[in-house]
Amino acid sequence: MTYTQLAIAGVLFAALIDLLVLRTNLLRRRVFWASYAIIVPFQLLTNGVFTGLRIVRYDGAAIVGSSTPIDSPPPFFGDGRIAYAPVEDLMFGFALVLLSLSLWVWAGRRGIDREPRSGPPVGAMASLLRTPPDGRETTSR
Amino acid sequence: MSYVGVLIFILVVTASLEVLFRTRVYRRWRRLLIAIVPCVAVFALWDAYAIAQGHWTFDVDRILGVYVFGSVPLDELLFFLTIPIASVLTLEAVRSARGWTVGDEAGDAAPVSGRGDDL
Repeated sequence: MTYTQLAIAGVLFAALIDLLVLRTNLLRRRVFWASYAIIVPFQLLTNGVFTGLRIVRYDGAAIVGSSTPIDSPPPFFGDGRIAYAPVEDLMFGFALVLLSLSLWVWAGRRGIDREPRSGPPVGAMASLLRTPPDGRETTSR
Repeated sequence: MSYVGVLIFILVVTASLEVLFRTRVYRRWRRLLIAIVPCVAVFALWDAYAIAQGHWTFDVDRILGVYVFGSVPLDELLFFLTIPIASVLTLEAVRSARGWTVGDEAGDAAPVSGRGDDL
């Protein structure tokens, strides 16, 4: 199988674990998509460093785009690449993030290290984050 | 910049969430291990297959030079460990900041309706 095919399969596999096997349903939760939105830019940066500096090089036969050139960086954008990295890397990363978070939530649900809970943020951080409209956060301070 | 240098950068940056958001992830190390170990296993298998098929190769000057399962650089294994840690820290930081339902709440894993926590 190509990397493209495996990357799609990886996303489907992680989604299957989340929705049907462990039933953590993170794909339906606001907290997951907010977390992933924070992770994505860092994921692009990490993939970009690995790929732009050619620490990892790809074979054009396995991806949508072309092979990593021998003596120069791949395109920053285009030819199947985003921030130097093959688009497949985004799917690979998404599958890894979702699988790990699903396992984390599943273990917690089974009572393994559910405590100590996270939060609240330290004072300086808390004042940067404004209280949401329903005011739930105010009860912790 | 070496492969492991990137991973150390990620671990250092995300460790700040432990302090700023009191995420308390590292002290829940058993649970963290449960989240990490299957990821390392599954993605190392994928990696071994991809390397065998020639999907990707590594710059030998910027990896540790230690291999597991014959072909998978140790750096890759550390990547499959680092990303779950960074992901869990991010999730717990968002929970700390927003208080949204995650699904591991004591007594009832069912979504709490009407709070806008679920899509």
